[in-house]
Amino acid sequence: MEAALGLMRRMPPKHTETALSALLSLLPRHSSDLLSQVDQPLQVLCDIDGGKEFILCEYNRDADSYRSPWSSKYHPPLEDGTQPSPELRKLEIEANEIFAIYRDQYYEGGISSVYMWEDDNEGFVACFLIKKDGSKTAHGRRGYLEEGAWDAIHVIEVGPEEDGTAHYCLTSTVMLSLTTDDESSGTFSLSGSIRRQMNMDLSVAEGHLCNMGRMIEEMESKMRNSLDQVYFGKTKEMVCTLRPPAEITQMRMPES
Amino acid sequence: MAEEDAPEVELSGEQKKEIAKWFLLHSPGGEIQYVAKDVRSVLDDDGAYGEAASEAFPAYNKAQMICLDMPRGMGEVLITSFGELEENQFLDPRTAQVGIVDHVKQVCTDARPATDEELPSPYIEEFRCALDAEVLKYVGEAYPKGVCSVYSTKGKDVEGPGSDFELAVVIQAARNSPQNFCTGSWRSVWNIEFKDDIQILELRGKMQVGAHYFEEGNVQLDTKHECKDSTIFQSPEDCAISIASIIRHHETEYLGSLEASYTNLPDNTFKVTIYFPRIYGESFQLLAPFSPGITRCSSVLQEISPKNLELKSEITIR
Repeated sequence: MEAALGLMRRMPPKHTETALSALLSLLPRHSSDLLSQVDQPLQVLCDIDGGKEFILCEYNRDADSYRSPWSSKYHPPLEDGTQPSPELRKLEIEANEIFAIYRDQYYEGGISSVYMWEDDNEGFVACFLIKKDGSKTAHGRRGYLEEGAWDAIHVIEVGPEEDGTAHYCLTSTVMLSLTTDDESSGTFSLSGSIRRQMNMDLSVAEGHLCNMGRMIEEMESKMRNSLDQVYFGKTKEMVCTLRPPAEITQMRMPES
Repeated sequence: MAEEDAPEVELSGEQKKEIAKWFLLHSPGGEIQYVAKDVRSVLDDDGAYGEAASEAFPAYNKAQMICLDMPRGMGEVLITSFGELEENQFLDPRTAQVGIVDHVKQVCTDARPATDEELPSPYIEEFRCALDAEVLKYVGEAYPKGVCSVYSTKGKDVEGPGSDFELAVVIQAARNSPQNFCTGSWRSVWNIEFKDDIQILELRGKMQVGAHYFEEGNVQLDTKHECKDSTIFQSPEDCAISIASIIRHHETEYLGSLEASYTNLPDNTFKVTIYFPRIYGESFQLLAPFSPGITRCSSVLQEISPKNLELKSEITIR
């Protein structure tokens, strides 16, 4: 399992799906571990009831069907598909509405979905997903990129309430890929994912949604900085180590 | 996904080998040994692994154009298809030595002098050697850890003027710092056609840059650029000088365009994908729908504060 995750850290991010399916066929016994620990680019389906799009992931899957957060129905239809308790479903509906506003404000478009389910130790888990396509062909208002995708996955484990507080453990992954292609500079592609974790004990006085929302908001802001640093900072640093920019070489030229 | 429910079917040795090869061939520059260790462990079949390694390593070494030290201080040899004499024998044209290579261990185990048949004619060697000297000078200036080689790829036995021939320039620079969780490589290949009849040299260049950063994530840069240029056929020394200056010009220009991408992309990317709170400063935090009081219903958002209305209108204008 450790070796499998090691491989996933090295394979080109654009081949994540191929790499994962190869590992699944080699290690069928670890399939559920692999599926939950390896993040894949998010896929989308359309809800048959409302026509609204929703995001697919491990957490709304049962057999080969996926539950829509809008109608709570499985696509393709599945009898006896797992459903959250009525109380949790209520929170899920609310979370979806609010998260859609959040997504609209920060992302100006895109698709979001929130899924919740009970866990084994009296708490629950919530998964917040955002998908935004920024490519030229997408409906986004600014299509500068040949290809550009942003997938964010936030999984929050919420512990049972004790003395008015609860423990929240947030694991977030952002997958970002972008490609530009033009005559003068060829193809330029940056892709990958970063993952971060945050733990907090918070009072539940204002409700779980507020706490979870603020954690996600803080995390996304931190991750934007990390992405900026890693994608555009670290890889540029590497390029400049390999072949330092012209000014430096020119400065050295008179000596040679 | 069906995998979980499917009955456990044992993969055949052949299938395992193909999977192992796929992983090995997709290793980022300088990381195949790490990948090999993990592949071997997930495969749990040393026979299949051995076969995969013996097929994947040579292809990977040549694609990455790795550089190996020859024994007895005889310099370095680049593993490229241009210098490949046999599967495990690679010519270093500068020293006229042939490195005997163990692909899987990625070491040069022995070296021998090249035979006359393996080397170009004196006429071609004059062009090759002059170009090698110029390229070496350029690489020494431009790349802190660059390696280069010039091969005769076509018409190596041409004895004098009157026939076409071709040389190839290979430039490679790699960095590997596992302690900083990053690796990177620059590879460029230049094909130079010496067209005797029209007295013109035609150049085709291909540059590739890769970088991998894997601390708490996996981020990879992958760029590729091709270009063309030409110059006039002159004496070996003058040809060498103009070719090296064309290479320098295009590679410097390409680096400039990479830098421009880095300057423009963060802005474009984050604009395309998400709002940067930069626009609104810290105050945006307060407007987010998760703050108490505005969390309950979407229509409430518009009534909540004048600031939100301002924000809304800004969003619409943009």
